[in-house]
Amino acid sequence: MTISKEQVQHLAKLARIEITDSEVRILASQLSDILEHFEALEDVDTKDIAPTAHPAPLRNIMRTDEVEDSLSKEDVLQLAPETEDGLIRVRAVLE
Amino acid sequence: MKELWQLTAHEANKGLRSRDFSSVELTNSVLERLNSVEPEMNAFITITEETALVQAKEADKRFAAGTATALTGIPMGIKDLIVTKGTRTTAGSQILSEFVPPYNSHVNEKLEQAGTVMVGKTNLDEFAMGSSTEHSAFGATSNPWDTARIPGGSSGGSAAAVSAGACLGALGSDTGGSIRQPAALCGVVGLDPTYGRVSRFGVIAFGSSLDQVGPIGRDVEDVATILDCIGGHDPRDSTSNPEPMPDLRHYLGREVKGLRIGVPTEYFVEGIEPDVKERVEEALLEFERLGCEIDRTLSLPMTKHALAVYYLIAPSEASSNLARYDGIKYGLRDETSNEIWKTVERTRAKGFGEEVKRRIMLGTYALSAGYYDKYYLKAQQVRTLIIQEFNEAFKQYDLLVTPTTPSVAFPKKQKINDPYAMYLNDIYTLPSAVAGLPALSMPCGIAAGLPVGLQIIGNFGEEGKILQAAHAYEQTTGGGNLLASL
Repeated sequence: MTISKEQVQHLAKLARIEITDSEVRILASQLSDILEHFEALEDVDTKDIAPTAHPAPLRNIMRTDEVEDSLSKEDVLQLAPETEDGLIRVRAVLE
Repeated sequence: MKELWQLTAHEANKGLRSRDFSSVELTNSVLERLNSVEPEMNAFITITEETALVQAKEADKRFAAGTATALTGIPMGIKDLIVTKGTRTTAGSQILSEFVPPYNSHVNEKLEQAGTVMVGKTNLDEFAMGSSTEHSAFGATSNPWDTARIPGGSSGGSAAAVSAGACLGALGSDTGGSIRQPAALCGVVGLDPTYGRVSRFGVIAFGSSLDQVGPIGRDVEDVATILDCIGGHDPRDSTSNPEPMPDLRHYLGREVKGLRIGVPTEYFVEGIEPDVKERVEEALLEFERLGCEIDRTLSLPMTKHALAVYYLIAPSEASSNLARYDGIKYGLRDETSNEIWKTVERTRAKGFGEEVKRRIMLGTYALSAGYYDKYYLKAQQVRTLIIQEFNEAFKQYDLLVTPTTPSVAFPKKQKINDPYAMYLNDIYTLPSAVAGLPALSMPCGIAAGLPVGLQIIGNFGEEGKILQAAHAYEQTTGGGNLLASL
């Protein structure tokens, strides 16, 4: 499996990471190399085998919907790079 | 006479109880040792000397009041992936380099309730992604047995610090071997508990179907004591096991005669260093002398697929978990653009290191349209087969014994530019992680001046049996507490 430079650029867009041309080159070669080693998985017969999402013998943990204390607004807001009137300020999404 | 920093936690507990020394004296001895070895070792991202001395004074009060526990007053290192209220928690990343959490992780709450002393936050591969602690935004950690070599990873700071006497015990986290591999390479004991045994509330997420917090200590008893303290149900983690926590120290000192040990052939094939293999063979003879039944005919053919399964599933989960670092809510923000997506993309470009970017890209690929079935779904199906194979094996055996790593600690920079070669270090620790099984690494001798690790894998929920066997082996082979000579 080879990953092209265009594919790397597309993945970087999906992952929201700005990458340089030299990073594109290196990642294309490294990702291709890694994926080539994973090709052997195709030889494993997985017909009718259910996928495992996690190994815990648990399913749908429920609790009653009760109002509880949470972190204070001040504690959380002081972590944000930019705030205004007690809210986190987000850069304009729509022009 | 031993220096106080050379004691195990249970030896120190005895001394504290009988008032041979105070927690403040113990803490000062450890801090002095820490400060003398740290310039060469770089095992800590943040040293918390002030907190430590406040906690040590509190601990001494508890001994006077008779409310001390087995861990009261014990100086500990906490992997910097674990959130500590009021103390900077970085995950080894630029993107969180200034993050001071407003809340505590479950495990740190437990330690604080027990009265431990935090000496610092230990170094790690960024977001726990790595096997050498070279992928840290705060510089690489050196192995205290030979500072030209890596300590393993990702909990390399925790393992190095315990091994060098810079703390008596530590917390690490294990996703694919991140407790056991550095424990092996630094000559200490590390235990990756059963998936769900320890709450991940307040543990910065990497691969959520794999991540577990666990103890690193100088001997088996210390590891059992720390897990006893941090384990148990926590409703804030929906994967937390609701069953009551067994008393693990109860298993120590029990006879091991008749225990059935399987030795899977797949862990002794190409790639293993001859003297690593020899030390493990010697350990198996020791188990035989102790009366265990050793079976060398076991074959686990799915073992060879664990690496691909892990390196598809963990990066996929990581690509999703790390989407939260966007420069808007908390953490680093790039200020060079007013445009929303440029801000996000540049923040992530600047804030994440090479290996983290590589894994996010790999995971994004495995989850993307057109490749999901071929990679992610396929890996999840083969994961099922790996679990089934272990289930079959545990019908016949109480425990499985293998080497922890194929080699001893390797020189720094040797594998940093070859990601796949670095991933191969985890080849023996990945299968049990994928299956969510508990597994421990402990020293089983020295090869070329460096420690060799023995891995003991148990069935789901059976940490007790692992500790029972590990303790018996340790008692017949010198009692643990190897200290690096740094």
